[in-house]
Amino acid sequence: MSGRPLVAVPVFPGSNDDRDAVAALERVGARAVAVWHDEGELPPRTAAVVLPGGFSYGDYLRCGAIARFSPIMRAVTAFARDGGLVLGICNGFQILTEAGLLPGVLRPNASLTFVCRDVRLRVERTDSPFTSRCDERRVITIPVKHGDGCWFAPPEVVAELEANGQILLRYERGENPNGAVGDVAGLCNEAGNVFGLMPHPEHAVDPLLGSTDGALLLGSLVDACRLSAAALV
Amino acid sequence: MRATVLIRPKPGILDPQGQAVESSLRHLGFAVGEARVGKLVELDVEAGDGAEARAQVERMCEQLLANPLIESYEIELADEP
Repeated sequence: MSGRPLVAVPVFPGSNDDRDAVAALERVGARAVAVWHDEGELPPRTAAVVLPGGFSYGDYLRCGAIARFSPIMRAVTAFARDGGLVLGICNGFQILTEAGLLPGVLRPNASLTFVCRDVRLRVERTDSPFTSRCDERRVITIPVKHGDGCWFAPPEVVAELEANGQILLRYERGENPNGAVGDVAGLCNEAGNVFGLMPHPEHAVDPLLGSTDGALLLGSLVDACRLSAAALV
Repeated sequence: MRATVLIRPKPGILDPQGQAVESSLRHLGFAVGEARVGKLVELDVEAGDGAEARAQVERMCEQLLANPLIESYEIELADEP
């Protein structure tokens, strides 16, 4: 193996951050491949899947509600159930909740306005495949840009997620851009292999754009791919 | 058979769209209480009878039309016996 783990980036009609995701992943050491939504299978030796941001299927009905039924999502769901690493960014996060791979739902921002700005985030745990590189930097700055980022789950579900330590990223005090319950910016499933977040790490990998903190999250994912590949040898 | 599905935000769920509508109506001088905004879906369903049609539309709601976490739904059938 070349040491560049293969990361598949499914592209839906209406995705618009897929190219940035591919470029950012390449930059942090992955071999990233865009995969069209009507493919029934992920490429051989896929080490991780990154569902990109955008407006799949025009956000019709509810964000992510239609993309969830794409052929590629059957493959992604099977991959996730087998323990494969899956990261969903923005619309990707919305798709993961609609698909039942992550708890809760993303609702219209409480302000009803589209929010596009940098936000400061607190990394709650660094012992996960998605945040391991944040050990030294527990507060990171990454942009959000969404109209439907208000994460919601019933109180009993939130309590369970808190108890399990599944909330990996929170908006810093006063930074919550959308009214998300518990200032939740990103969370993982119980097994810890599926992670979704509203902020866009793929837009924060170059100093030219104001922050490189996104590379900490994407780099963590690439590290985790290498570790699991090493474990297989 | 014609089916009408009414999808509502569940009680207690924050509905910013409803709040915006409510405040706009107040600005227009209407004395309105709480406004909630949902969705209406109209469908032609092929089914032998009303019960079958209703069962089908219920499955549609569970699988796609509504998100049970935040939305409730109501089904009306036009030719229901």
